[in-house]
Amino acid sequence: MATDSRPLSPHLQIYRLPLTVILSISHRISGALLGVGAFVFVLLVAAAAAGPDAYAGVHGHVAAWYGQLLTFAFTFALFFHFCNGIRHLAWDMGYGFDYATTHNTALIALGAAAGLTLLLWIVVIATRWGA
Amino acid sequence: MMALRTPLRAALGLGAAKAGFSHWWLQRVTSVALIPLMLWFAFSVASFGDMRYVAFVGWVQAPLVTVLLMLMLVTLFYHLQLGLRVIIEDYVHVEWMKLVGILTMNFICVFLSVLGVVAVLKIALGAGA
Repeated sequence: MATDSRPLSPHLQIYRLPLTVILSISHRISGALLGVGAFVFVLLVAAAAAGPDAYAGVHGHVAAWYGQLLTFAFTFALFFHFCNGIRHLAWDMGYGFDYATTHNTALIALGAAAGLTLLLWIVVIATRWGA
Repeated sequence: MMALRTPLRAALGLGAAKAGFSHWWLQRVTSVALIPLMLWFAFSVASFGDMRYVAFVGWVQAPLVTVLLMLMLVTLFYHLQLGLRVIIEDYVHVEWMKLVGILTMNFICVFLSVLGVVAVLKIALGAGA
């Protein structure tokens, strides 16, 4: 009997995912992405330890437009994982389980992540402007 | 057959290996520790603007930065390894691939955290730069 063509639940092709579900999988994806970010940071520190030339090589990529774009994406991933992680910690302590609350805290986590990302880049631009 | 075994016997033989809780708990402990560490890290990097060599090395050499960076790297990679382990366990269903995947991932995480800590120490204790 062929079992591989049986529909899986939830039917991901036709089922409109609720915001809470999207945030749940995004927590995982952002966590894995942040691992890549951590790798890049270790690369930068290791290059700095090796000397100015090695550092310039890595820093050149980070400072290039694609590096800055990725850094921006990493900062949003970081603050999203950060805010949603605090939401998870609240659940672990037994708070906020009913559906209305999980939806509201999802919106709050997204808003706070966007706010923190914006604040961070205002700090970056302000410091560079001042320097 | 099972009816001949007491429920206690079944629980003792097939129950949890008693180590599952520590994974769950350490994930929470590291995430709580990472709340102040990551806030500090993100805004500390953001606020020194110029990321060129001298500025970067000077930043790492500040005693508080040296300490916090090492704490952050160790905590972060431990937390990362716990999270990636669950991802591998959830999506890789071939036993040997799961085992090789988790071991490889663990080794890479340990390597990167040690590399990061040694690099930070080398910069912090370096006489030059």
